[in-house]
Amino acid sequence: MESIGTDQKETAAADKLDLGVTLCGVRMPNPTVLASGILGLSQEVFDRLAHLGIGAVTTKSCSLQPRVGWHNPTIVNWGHGLINAVGLSNPGVEVMVDEIRTAKLALKKHGVPIIASIFANTIFDFGTLTRYISEAEPDLIEVNISCPNIDTQHEEMFSSNAYVSAQVTRMVKRHARCPVIIKLSPNVDSIAAVAKEVVNAGADAICAINSLGPGIILDIDTARPILANRTGGVSGPAIRPIAVRCVYDICKALKGTPAQVIGTGGVTDARDAIEMILVGATCVGIGSAIYHHGFNVFNDISTGIQEYMGRHGYHSLEEFRGKALG
Amino acid sequence: MAYDLPRSARIIDIQRETPLVKTFVLDTDIDAQPGQFIMLWIPGVDEKPMSIAGMRPLTISVARVGPATSALHDLTVGDYVGWRGPFGRPYRLDTDRPALLVAGGYGSAPLYMLAQQALAHGMDVTVAIGARVADELLYADRFEQLGVQLLLSTNDGSRGVKGFVTDAIRAQFLPDAADDAPVISDPDAEPPHGTSTRSLSLYACGPEPMLVALYKLCRANGWSGQLSVERYMKCGFGVCGQCALDDVLVCIDGPVLTLDQLEAKRDFGHFHRGPTGRRLEI
Ligand SMILES: Cc1cc2nc3c(=O)[nH]c(=O)nc-3n(C[C@H](O)[C@H](O)[C@H](O)COP(=O)(O)OP(=O)(O)OC[C@H]3O[C@@H](n4cnc5c(N)ncnc54)[C@H](O)[C@@H]3O)c2cc1C
Ligand SMILES: Cc1cc2nc3c(=O)[nH]c(=O)nc-3n(C[C@H](O)[C@H](O)[C@H](O)COP(=O)(O)O)c2cc1C
Ligand code: FES
Repeated sequence: MESIGTDQKETAAADKLDLGVTLCGVRMPNPTVLASGILGLSQEVFDRLAHLGIGAVTTKSCSLQPRVGWHNPTIVNWGHGLINAVGLSNPGVEVMVDEIRTAKLALKKHGVPIIASIFANTIFDFGTLTRYISEAEPDLIEVNISCPNIDTQHEEMFSSNAYVSAQVTRMVKRHARCPVIIKLSPNVDSIAAVAKEVVNAGADAICAINSLGPGIILDIDTARPILANRTGGVSGPAIRPIAVRCVYDICKALKGTPAQVIGTGGVTDARDAIEMILVGATCVGIGSAIYHHGFNVFNDISTGIQEYMGRHGYHSLEEFRGKALG
Repeated sequence: MAYDLPRSARIIDIQRETPLVKTFVLDTDIDAQPGQFIMLWIPGVDEKPMSIAGMRPLTISVARVGPATSALHDLTVGDYVGWRGPFGRPYRLDTDRPALLVAGGYGSAPLYMLAQQALAHGMDVTVAIGARVADELLYADRFEQLGVQLLLSTNDGSRGVKGFVTDAIRAQFLPDAADDAPVISDPDAEPPHGTSTRSLSLYACGPEPMLVALYKLCRANGWSGQLSVERYMKCGFGVCGQCALDDVLVCIDGPVLTLDQLEAKRDFGHFHRGPTGRRLEI
């Protein structure tokens, strides 16, 4: 497997405490990952984030065909996090392949890998899409089978059903030339059971969780839902305890397998990121926190983790990863 | 802002400005700075970025260009809309240099507040407005009443200088310059006409080809410049990435950008992103 962390030694030396992680054989300078759907459209923005010390970036989920998504309002802050129904708008895989290719060249200088997120309407299309996206040679592929906002064609999300999730996983694995992450939804009876199935089907890692819900926020004067799609996925601080519990359950269930976990959901500062690592996450996805803390959130979290490591006498993340699992 | 849902407000007055533009006055106040914008929600239709033209009460001027703005134009006094904001970086008034405000399209709206602010500082203010025809010159009368120096241009010559707004600016501030090429002014040369044109500060809002022409004009003459740029917006607060102009997020880094911020951006004047996020030619 290609390792792109060539500048790694320099960074580590400067920061003294090693925050580097290896996700499915891919080296990252630190455990912070830009979550899919946040700022994930343009190579130049990825490059800006790399300059600001991000560990890895995930692109916005792309589909075979371009999608316009829902009308606005698509994303609002409701006080304890965001609610969004963007409707998976994206320029389509053809355009994303170009963006990823160019982004990869720029990110390589920083040792920052790029994760290509994909989403399709059918299991078959997941295979086709994987073949196309592989042309961009992303470091990893993340498979979004858990978006709560696209229920018109489907009775339910793929990730609601462990068997279907495994079928998607097998299809993507068959066509992928890099490690595959499956992104799961918290809206299931047992997220651990789904995680086990997809890992049995070949998934190299799990990303948990996608946004929770869907939920509704009304405008009480007009008695209308604010989001144009009426309902939307809930993210940010309000969902963090649920995300931590999901990662906890998954990591327990996957013990003894080589599968790794990206812990995502409501992480806003170093404390939250450490919590994710303590329940077993290899790295930590960050999305909505950008609303509150801007682009510096990644570097702030890395600095905070180093302070914590200093306080506890840890030299690497391995020393406390999964400590809460017992 | 901790809690940032659209707040509802009633329309209390609607004024027709030009054949395309109406001004909407809402029964609410806002604290904002010139150049900032709101996300205006037309319930059941869409939510779009709109520049703040007045704060007390909140006022916007909107050109009818597509589905959302048409739906807004069809609303009447008493109807509800929603708004969140203010968003974005405002114009920063440079009180040391005479101000040249340049508007095209709906651009007069954000510049109106800036003109008021500049006049309150006792500054020398020129407002240049360009349009295709005379009756599309937005806010010409409002600016006239403020008492700024007004420089009008129309493509067909029906009012003011015939041509683009940059032609009117050249005629006024750079009368000795060749028409075709921008002038590289000699930094040590005496400025024409006694007023130091090199010391102008330009503030603009309008269609991107106009902004590109102004960018070149500023660079060629050593003027400072702040240009309000438009990009497709969804969240308005730096999360969705839809408004990216190269690595600049127009909703939080802009919409008002300095010449240096726009320097060497491959998108500026060439590409914007549509609702899918795909780069489209301007
Ligand atoms: C910071 C900012 C301030 C603005 N201020 C004003 C203003 O004061 N007055 C005014 O009349 N217009 C303003 N606009 C432009 C206004 O947002 C668009 O005209 C409006 O969104 C068009 O929507 P529509 O459905 O009527 O037309 P459409 O047919 O959907 O689009 C017409 C044009 O508007 C652009 N547009 C559409 N949706 C958006 C969007 N979500 N964000 C940005 N651009 C969009 C399209 O790219 C297209 O060029 C501003 C735009 C920005 C970015
Ligand atoms: C505006 C927005 C858009 C999103 N788009 C996607 C997407 O395209 N694909 C995806 O897998 N997840 C998407 N998500 C979910 C996030 O990647 C993340 O899983 C979720 O928001 C929880 O993390 P957070 O609380 O840090 O935001 C989106 C979230 C938000 C807020
Ligand atoms: S409009 Fe969403 S990031 Fe600018």
